[in-house]
Amino acid sequence: MSETTHVGHEHGHAQDHGHHELPFWRKWIFSVDHKVIGIQYAVTALVFLFFGFCLMMMMRWQLAYPGQPMPVFGKLLGETAMPGGVMAPEFYNQLGAMHGTIMVFLGVVPLAVGGFGNFVTPLQIGAPDMAFPRLNMASYWVFLPGCILMISSFFAPGGAAQSGWTSYPPLSVIAPTGQTIWLLSMVLIITSSLLGSINFIVTIVQMRAKGLTYWRLPFFVHAQLVTAFLLLLAFPPLEAASVLQLMDRLAGSSFFLPSGLVVSGEQLKVAGGGSPLLWQHLFWFLAHPEVYVLILPAMGMVAEVVANNTRKPLWGYRLLVYSVVFLGFMSFVVWAHHMFMTGMGTTMSTFFQTTTMIISIPSVVILTCFIMSLYGGNIRFNTPMLFATAFIPMFAIGGLTGLPLGLTASDIYLHDTFYVIGHFHYVVAPGTLFALFAGIYYWYPKATGRQMNETLGKIHFWLSFVCINFIFMPMFFQGMAGLSRRLYDPTVYAHGRGVQALNVVISYGAWGLGLVQLVFIVNFFMSLKSGARVAENPWNATTLEWAAPSPPGHGNFLTEPVVYREPYEYSVPGKANDYSPQFVAEAEGDGSAGARA
Amino acid sequence: MDEKIYGWWLPPDVSVHGAKIDQLISVLHWFMLLLFVGWGIFFVWCLFRFRARPGHTALYAPVKAMATKYIEAAVVVVEVFLLFGLSTPVWLAYKNNVPEDAKALHVKIVAEQFAWNFQYAGKDGKFGKSDAALISGDNPLGVDPEDPDGKDDITSVNQFHVPVHTPVVVEISSKDVIHSFNIPVLRVKQDTIPGQKIPIWFEATQTGHFELACAQLCGLGHYRMRADVLIDSPEDFAKWQAENAPPPQEPPAAAAPDNQPAPEKK
Repeated sequence: MSETTHVGHEHGHAQDHGHHELPFWRKWIFSVDHKVIGIQYAVTALVFLFFGFCLMMMMRWQLAYPGQPMPVFGKLLGETAMPGGVMAPEFYNQLGAMHGTIMVFLGVVPLAVGGFGNFVTPLQIGAPDMAFPRLNMASYWVFLPGCILMISSFFAPGGAAQSGWTSYPPLSVIAPTGQTIWLLSMVLIITSSLLGSINFIVTIVQMRAKGLTYWRLPFFVHAQLVTAFLLLLAFPPLEAASVLQLMDRLAGSSFFLPSGLVVSGEQLKVAGGGSPLLWQHLFWFLAHPEVYVLILPAMGMVAEVVANNTRKPLWGYRLLVYSVVFLGFMSFVVWAHHMFMTGMGTTMSTFFQTTTMIISIPSVVILTCFIMSLYGGNIRFNTPMLFATAFIPMFAIGGLTGLPLGLTASDIYLHDTFYVIGHFHYVVAPGTLFALFAGIYYWYPKATGRQMNETLGKIHFWLSFVCINFIFMPMFFQGMAGLSRRLYDPTVYAHGRGVQALNVVISYGAWGLGLVQLVFIVNFFMSLKSGARVAENPWNATTLEWAAPSPPGHGNFLTEPVVYREPYEYSVPGKANDYSPQFVAEAEGDGSAGARA
Repeated sequence: MDEKIYGWWLPPDVSVHGAKIDQLISVLHWFMLLLFVGWGIFFVWCLFRFRARPGHTALYAPVKAMATKYIEAAVVVVEVFLLFGLSTPVWLAYKNNVPEDAKALHVKIVAEQFAWNFQYAGKDGKFGKSDAALISGDNPLGVDPEDPDGKDDITSVNQFHVPVHTPVVVEISSKDVIHSFNIPVLRVKQDTIPGQKIPIWFEATQTGHFELACAQLCGLGHYRMRADVLIDSPEDFAKWQAENAPPPQEPPAAAAPDNQPAPEKK
C-alpha cells in the first residue's frame, strides 16, 4: 500500500524503493514506476502508430490504382481480403475504420498522455512518482488487452470494424462481428484513460515540489492537467454509448435504431423507436474534446522545446495557460459542428457555429505566442527544435482550414469531402505527431541517458516534412473538387476522375513517408546502444526533470527538489549562463561560478 | 457527361443559392491565405534573424508587441463578420426559405444500400402512400398499390430528372443506414437519416448531366452509390415524365426497375 499512501511524504517513498533491485517482471513488465509505464505506453503507441500507418499505405495503393492487383501484399493477405490480389471494398472499409481508431486511440493519445504525460509530468513537478502508482499500472494493463483485442478483430468472421472510426449506427449495428470487438476494446481503452486521467489530476494538484506554484509550472504540465480533465469528463459518455451500441448489437435493444428499417429488402427484426443521431451526439461529445486531448499535450511539448532552444522565456506564458484552459472549457460546447448536415434546426446550428468561431480565438492566441517566442531568441536548430518549429505553420494550416468547415454555409459544400481529411490530418499528423517527435528527440536523453543521432534526426525531419505535405496539401484540392471521403474507388465519379492524378501523388508521398520512418526506427534503437552519453541536463534546460539523473532511478530525484523561480528563466541579464534552472537556489549561484544577480 | 468541368477547384455552380456559398468559400480562403502568408513571412524572418550564432544572445525581456493584439483583434472582427455577415445569413436564408408548395416540384427520395430511389407525384400532384412493411424487391419504395393517389406516381432508380429554372423540394429519407445526398454542382448536401424525412430544396440554373454522390460511409458499396442528375429543359422533363408514367390500371411498382442495379462502373 505504500504506493498509494505516500502523498505528503514523497521523499520517504523514494528511499523505500531506491535501494533494492526489483525482479525483472516487477521492474519492466508489471512496473509501478511512472517512467517505466510511460515508456511502455510510448513504445506500444509507436508500434501502433506505425501499424496504423501501414494500413493506410495499403489503402493508398487502391486509391492511386483502383482495381489493380497490389504487388506482394495482394497475395499475402488471402482471398477474402484481396480476391485476386485486388483489395475488396469491405476490406478497404476495415482498413479505413481501423486506421482512424488505431491512430487516435491506440497511437496518438497513448503516446501523448500515457507516454509523455506519465514519463515527464512527475519529473517536471518534482514528484517521485504518480499519486497512485498501482492505478497507473492498472491503466496500462487495461489498455494493452484493449489494443490486442482491437487488432484481433481482423481475424473475426467478416473482418474488423468497417463503419468508420465514428461507427455511426445503424450501419455499425448491422455490421459483422468485428464491430462487437471494436466496442469491447473501446470500453477497455476508455476505462484505461479514465484511470490515467484521475491519477494525473491528483498528482499535479497534490505532489508538486516545494515552491512549485501553479504559475511556476512548466506549460507542458498545465496542458496535461487540462487534458486530464477532458479525458475524465468527455470519455464516460462514449463509454456509455459504446455499451448501448453493444446492447443494440447483442441484446436486441434499439437505442440507436428507429422503427421500420429495411436492410437488403428484409425488415429488420428490432423493436425500433431509437435514434441514430443520439449516437452521433454522444460520440462527438467525446470526440471533439478528443481533438484537444490530441493537440494540448503537443502544444505543451512545443512550448518546452521552443523555450529551451530560443534561449528565452516563452512569450505570453500566462496567456498560453489561460488559452488552454479556455480551449478545454469550449471544447465541450462545439461538438455538433460535426453534425451540421444531419438536418438540425437553425438555432442549434447557429449556436454551434458561433461556439466554433469562439474556440478558434485561443488557438490563434497560442500560435501568436509561439511565433512571438521566436522573436528575440538565439535559436538553436537541433532536431527537437526543427520538429517543434515545423509544428507552428503546420498546425496553422490545420487550424485555418477548420474555418470553412466550422461555418455552416461553406460546410454544406465541404462536409465529408477530402477537405476534412486534409484539415484534421494537418492538425494531427504534421501538427501533433511532429510535436511528439520533437518530444521524443528532446526527452530521449532523459529516458535513456543517451542522445539520439542528430544527423539521422535531421534527415528524418526534412524528408518527413516534405513527404507529409505532399500527402495532405493535395487533399484540399480534392475536397474543393467535391470528392467524398471513404470512397473505395474515387474514379466512379467524374469529379473524382478530375483529381485522380493527385491520388497518385499522395500515395507516393505516403509510401515515402513510410520509408523515412525507418530512419527514425534505426536511430531510435541504434542510439540506445551507441548514442553519446549525457549528464543530467544535456540541453541546458531550466525545468525540474533536468535535475534528476539521466535516466532517473526509481524515486526520480537524488535530493528532494525545491523550486526557486519561473519555468523558463533563460538568458537572464547579468548571469554568466544563459539558463537559470528552477531548481538552483540563487545563493548557490545559477549553475555558474561567480555570477550573482 | 462533360468531364471537362471538373478540375482541382470548385466545379461550376448551377444552382440559384450556390453563388453565396462559393463567395463565402472564396472570401474565407483569401482571408486564410493572407493570415498564413503574413505570419509565415514574419515566422521565417524570425528564424533567420534570431538564429544562434557567435556573438548573438537572446533577449530576456518580453517584447511589447502591440501589433499582435491588433492582429488578434482584426482576426476576431473578420470572424464575426464571416459568421454573422456571410455564413449565418446564407445558411438561414437557405434553410428557412423553402419554396412554396405550389411553385415547386416535389420529389421523394429514399436512399438504400446502395441506390437512390426517386418518387414523383405524377399528373395528380399527389404522392401515393408508402409503408416500410410493403417494401420488396419489386417495390423498393413500399408504395401502397391500393392508394389511388399513387396510381400515376413515377419512380426511378439512380436517375434523377429535374426541370431547369424550377424550385425542386426533395424530401429525403433512408430505409436502412445513414447516407448523404450530395450533388456538388448544385451545392446541396443532406444526410439521410433513417426514421426521419428531411426536406431540402434547390433550383437549377442550367441544363446538363451531372452526378449525385453518397457522402456518408454506408457500407461496402458506398463508393458506387451514385446517381445521374439530369437537369432537363421543361419540355424534355415533361417528355421524360410522359414516357415513364405508369400505364393506367397497373400497380405503379411495375414501372420500377430492379432494386439492386448492377454496380455502375464507368
